[in-house]
Amino acid sequence: MRDAFNIVISGVGGQGILKLSKIIGESALFEGKNVVMSEVHGMAQRGGVVISEMRIGDVNSPLVEEGDADLIIALEPSEAFRVIGKTGGKTWFVINTEKVVPFTVSLGISSYPDVDKLIENIKRVSKNVVVFNGVELSKKAGSLISLNMVMLGAVSTLPIFPLKEDTLVKVMEESFKGDALKVNKLAFNFGKEEAKQRGG
Amino acid sequence: MGIEEIILDKPGKKMFLLGNEAVVRGFIEGGGRIAATYPGTPSSEIGNTLFKVAREAGIYFEFSTNEKVALEVAHAASVSGLRSIVFMKHVGLNVAADSFMSTAYTGVRGGFIVLSADDPSMYSSQNEQDNRTYARFSKIPLLEPRNPDEIRRMVKYAFEISEKHKIPVMIRTTTRISHMRGIVEFGPIDKKRDKGYFEKNPGQFVPVPQNARRLHKELIEKQKGIREESEKSPFNFVLKSENGKFGAITSSAASNYLIDVVRKYNLPIDILSIGFSHPLPENLIKDFIKNYDVVFVVEELEPLMENDIILIKEKYGIKTKIIGKDGDIFTPLYEYNPDRVRKFLFKHLNIEDDKKSPQVEDIPLPSRPPVLCPGCPHRATYFSVNKVLRKYHKKDTIFPSDIGCYTLGIQPPFNTADMILSMGASVGLANGFSKATDQPVVAFIGDSTFFHAGIPALINAQHNKNHFVLFVLDNQTTAMTGHQPHPGIPVDGLGRKAPKVSIEEIAKGIGIDFVKVVDPYNLKETQKVFDEALKHEGVSVIVARRECSLLRDARMRKEGKWITYEINQDKCTQCRICVDQFACPAIFIDEDGKVKIDEVLCDGCGVCADVCPFNAIEVRK
Repeated sequence: MRDAFNIVISGVGGQGILKLSKIIGESALFEGKNVVMSEVHGMAQRGGVVISEMRIGDVNSPLVEEGDADLIIALEPSEAFRVIGKTGGKTWFVINTEKVVPFTVSLGISSYPDVDKLIENIKRVSKNVVVFNGVELSKKAGSLISLNMVMLGAVSTLPIFPLKEDTLVKVMEESFKGDALKVNKLAFNFGKEEAKQRGG
Repeated sequence: MGIEEIILDKPGKKMFLLGNEAVVRGFIEGGGRIAATYPGTPSSEIGNTLFKVAREAGIYFEFSTNEKVALEVAHAASVSGLRSIVFMKHVGLNVAADSFMSTAYTGVRGGFIVLSADDPSMYSSQNEQDNRTYARFSKIPLLEPRNPDEIRRMVKYAFEISEKHKIPVMIRTTTRISHMRGIVEFGPIDKKRDKGYFEKNPGQFVPVPQNARRLHKELIEKQKGIREESEKSPFNFVLKSENGKFGAITSSAASNYLIDVVRKYNLPIDILSIGFSHPLPENLIKDFIKNYDVVFVVEELEPLMENDIILIKEKYGIKTKIIGKDGDIFTPLYEYNPDRVRKFLFKHLNIEDDKKSPQVEDIPLPSRPPVLCPGCPHRATYFSVNKVLRKYHKKDTIFPSDIGCYTLGIQPPFNTADMILSMGASVGLANGFSKATDQPVVAFIGDSTFFHAGIPALINAQHNKNHFVLFVLDNQTTAMTGHQPHPGIPVDGLGRKAPKVSIEEIAKGIGIDFVKVVDPYNLKETQKVFDEALKHEGVSVIVARRECSLLRDARMRKEGKWITYEINQDKCTQCRICVDQFACPAIFIDEDGKVKIDEVLCDGCGVCADVCPFNAIEVRK
């Protein structure tokens, strides 16, 4: 039984995951839907793993059960794989392929796996995987920190995504001002076009 | 939707708020007037929100020097007739506990809330203590909200209970509640109260033994009335299932998981969800449990409700079997989640759990411990400290450290955190190590932490002729918790200009004769001063002062002054000092084995250019 639309957003501290999650949540509120979400603050934000979980629907717990994610938005490829336990047969993925290599790899105390191998494994469990280099698109939009809105643009094209594009854009307009709004809207559109091309 | 809208008097308006933001909305709606805190995750965003809106909302708010002071500020407001709140992370209540215990005796006039944000699973904490114990310890009412809107309502309710029974009320959240976001619907704002007036009454407010003996008796006598309050509280409610063969009693975040799991899998379980959890509603529980052969208790951390429920069951001779901490899935360790609750229920209901893990290869992922940010001044200090100590082969140097971003010095290659206990403890520990060993002792403390609890221990060091170097890592903010001001910077909790208290003048005032201020980005100077300090007899204090790089970055981005660095591969000899000894997260080794700088992460601090012995690091063109 699907009681809610379950989203897991994963990445690394500093990639704008909270902002992305908040815009999705406020869009749900705008459309009159119930939404609950769990965020990560504090120590983990300093370059650590950041995972937001969000559920749109008549539910209480903001945490998504194993296997129950409808959508995984990964701002970093290894972080897409880290939340693989949340995936079941119906999960859609939107993944940015640009790596963030932690210092533990440079120091030789951990290793970074081959991105193609990660994606190939993810494709084993899900037929619906939208993969692209979002960082390149954010650069094109004018700011590397607009990656989160590139991802949102891509997500907005998915047939399963329950919120309207117009709502997302409206909430973005309330969340950013001036140049930042311009850059983020551009980033959103680049993400949207990219996902459409890739059959999102 | 800016957070500033949280103060609007628009009943019915809905916002998507964090639990911590909802505390502020509840406080405003409840006519709260004075709020104080010392920042600590997961409670920090309550203060951050007040910092933004308190002035406009007519609230006095401060970031006090520590939790004990904060509690005293808020309690004084309460006994002067104003509604007040003090909030903190769980371990903060340990600091405030001395005064806190007495407030249960003195009681309150204006509603008084002590909010403790606990941290099951220790996402940002040194321990996992269950502060519901404090409510039992001090004999005060305890409320446990489940979501942001319930927080808003509970804050108002807590004020009422507090005033009615003349007692502090504790609201206990957890990380998952404080950092849960949900839809909050505004209620009307109570605008009654303004300035307080303290009416003297030594019999109530001066717990010398003769008064304290009476006050303790009165506190015990209040319990009956509070328990009746719990019996009829709207925050304790029963959810019936279609075919309720079993019962379950729950609270806080666990209640959310339980309700969802029972509904989703259509389990034959009736739920009693407890929001007013001390004193427990004895009659409600008695009448609930007697209906079932088995009742589950679904609560995180300590089995506090479970033990009380077993006592109730024994008292009334009820035969129901109580299953809580089963030592297998439910233990006092770590937070619960929907999976843990499902597995527990399926196990005890003999239901097969057919959830399968995805069939993927076991690919090891890179570990991402939290790390000092690019441009962090602490990294530069730690680099210098290690460099000087290497020169003297002082491998056995002891590094007592403290609570803050600089705790991350525990990571290689710095390894500059050998022991940590609590806020301010680095200096206390340095006192002891100095007496107990002949090893060099180099202690670290942050600026905010120095004010919090470092000063008494530094006085102790001077008076007892101890020998160690204390680095005050002064990044001009309380960084880890989200950049709150503290007495060392000229801004107060309402964002107004405020007198600045000088760390170095405090150290000098104590009588310490070696007190130097350095810029950690200036590696040579820092190393020279540290070298001198090591040779100095007695206590030496080095204030390493440089603004937090996140604040600097935000400012530079705004001003459009953004540069980054790159490695000139022609000059780079692959010595890897920048990687192995400096370890900036922006510097990495590419697949071709070359050292490179990540353009996204580099914040242009340029310290690595000084670290490089071959001048191979240059401004990116």
